[in-house]
Amino acid sequence: MAKKITKKHVSKPNAKLKAGELERRKATKAILGDTDDFLIVTGLAGAKDDVLNATGANPSNVFPLSGAMGAACSIGLGLALAQPDKTVLVVTGEGELLMNVGTLAAIGAMEVPNLRILCIDNQRYGETGWQPSHTLRGVDLAKMAEGANIKSVRTVTKQSQFKEARELLRNANSSTFILLKVAATDPGKLAMPAERDASVWKTRFRDALGVV
Amino acid sequence: MEVIKWQKETFSALRRQGIDLVCHVPDAGHAKVIEMCEADNEVDCITCTSEEEGIHMLSGAWLGGRRGAMLLQSSGVGNIINALAMPNTCRIPILIIVTMRGEYGEFNPWQVPMGQGTPACLEAMGMRLYRAEEPTQVAPAVENMARLAFDSQQLCAILLSQKLLGAKDFRELAK
Repeated sequence: MAKKITKKHVSKPNAKLKAGELERRKATKAILGDTDDFLIVTGLAGAKDDVLNATGANPSNVFPLSGAMGAACSIGLGLALAQPDKTVLVVTGEGELLMNVGTLAAIGAMEVPNLRILCIDNQRYGETGWQPSHTLRGVDLAKMAEGANIKSVRTVTKQSQFKEARELLRNANSSTFILLKVAATDPGKLAMPAERDASVWKTRFRDALGVV
Repeated sequence: MEVIKWQKETFSALRRQGIDLVCHVPDAGHAKVIEMCEADNEVDCITCTSEEEGIHMLSGAWLGGRRGAMLLQSSGVGNIINALAMPNTCRIPILIIVTMRGEYGEFNPWQVPMGQGTPACLEAMGMRLYRAEEPTQVAPAVENMARLAFDSQQLCAILLSQKLLGAKDFRELAK
């Protein structure tokens, strides 16, 4: 029988940060630093908003998903193979990543030194009603990444680790996985208007790279 | 068994169309093309853990300006249905080559439902299909479906019929 989760975890976010917890928008922005250092693919929902919060609306070096749950890491892998001289960063949530966790194995089985994954883990399916995700029930994605042969893996739980994470995303010489553990608080919707037509994002992204 | 002519021609046609990234979930019918891809230093040949991963990888590669194709068998087609929503929404070209099972002379009943359901499932997600029944149809199909995909931003699938592959000789193809 599935392990029962206490009632307080179900159906709503935590009202406020507990001592020592990281707030996702602030933590992601701090770890990303200058977003122009990367080509970025985002997972849907929270991760997309975390990135756009850091970049501003409609950046040309970001390809955000508003669906295709489970696709972010493999899109990033394909992009990294196509653009070996750029650093490709996938920013996604733990629920999105878990949907195709086998992609970690596909990445770990190859040499993709320019691919980075930043997994923002709030232990909830925030978009669908804050139901507990598997990481609240004992699943450790950093261990899964290590087991998948991703060479450079870190779990970030406190601000003092941000600097190392920021540098690793830029300077690692192997595929890199950073698990960012954040509070299950609701960061709210972004106020900025963002383009809704995915083909516009695609064309802008490719134009900025100068590919035909 | 020597490399069958149509398999050599498939590889050549992929390369002529500028495809240098080939992802696959292994299949006996594709085994020789996979070998040729592995042997070519200009080609990245990637084994996917699931077919949907391949669709997304090809999408990401095209975002970065690179042309790819996926090799899969019909039993894996069910795994890409949802994944096709992304290139469909974004108008990203996709090229896949599907070895068919569950039809002409099939010996394994487990292959039949997805094999028989393959054309309707792919069409439902907006794919353009070409079915090759004869060896001489394969290379022209690869060339022209690649053009339809990359020049006209379409989702394209070439189905290699089980009659073409040979149901009884299926295991021979991998030798």
